[in-house]
Amino acid sequence: MHDFILALMGGALLGIATVGYLYVHGRIAGISGLVEQFLSPKTVWNTPAFWFIAGLITVPFIYGSILQPKIEIQASALMMVIAGLLVGFGTRLGSGCTSGHGICGVSRLSKRSLVATLSFMLAGFITVYLIRHIIGAF
Amino acid sequence: MKSLLAFILGGVFALGLMISGMSNPKKVLDFLDIFGQWDASLAFVMMGAIAVAFVPFQYAIRATAPKTIFNDPILLPTQQILDSRLIMGSLMFGVGWGIAGICPAPSLTLIGLGHYEAFYFIGAMLLGMVLHRKLSRGA
Repeated sequence: MHDFILALMGGALLGIATVGYLYVHGRIAGISGLVEQFLSPKTVWNTPAFWFIAGLITVPFIYGSILQPKIEIQASALMMVIAGLLVGFGTRLGSGCTSGHGICGVSRLSKRSLVATLSFMLAGFITVYLIRHIIGAF
Repeated sequence: MKSLLAFILGGVFALGLMISGMSNPKKVLDFLDIFGQWDASLAFVMMGAIAVAFVPFQYAIRATAPKTIFNDPILLPTQQILDSRLIMGSLMFGVGWGIAGICPAPSLTLIGLGHYEAFYFIGAMLLGMVLHRKLSRGA
């Protein structure tokens, strides 16, 4: 029960942040898109993405000095590299990730986002099944 | 002002990730492990987020010229076509997500929390994004 309530509360904060970004900066808070803007020397300074990402890193730094949330990284370095490549390429090819499509797109009832969200969820389920139960990596 | 607000919003987003458990890769993998030790609680993260975001987003899409609090236009995605890129990209992202249990925002949160192994993921993610950009320009 406890976990479900924390999940809802955390989710509500994500919702607040995305609504805030929409009504303050006028854009969809798709984190993969924000990271991509960060990659362009042309856009990095004149976009709120830079500061949003700064907040995404700094606040945990402060939070972590008081309370370390439970974190367990099961993937090896190699798996993280493969995962990162797929996430980086895939989020740009698919124009979004869990925040852009999953939260913002679904809230807009966008057909593209609904399909995207179902697709990455399905891919996630199958991948974990293969890795945990067929290959038995962890 | 807008930069400070962006910073705060990023911070609120990070708090959401940490409190909900989305920043914990194992918890994400347990959520995706529907055939095994399924931890369903993360489903409530997206539900909680959409519950808050739904009405404000719907309001914005229905307005003829939606504006921000600073009276600038709100720019919403205009692409409507469901194409193979969307599906392939999403499937690819899902596979990557299912391998490490990390997606773009949590990867940054992990760095803030001092889990520098996440740089393997972030470095590769940036490379993947650059590769996509190069390949889509070549086409």
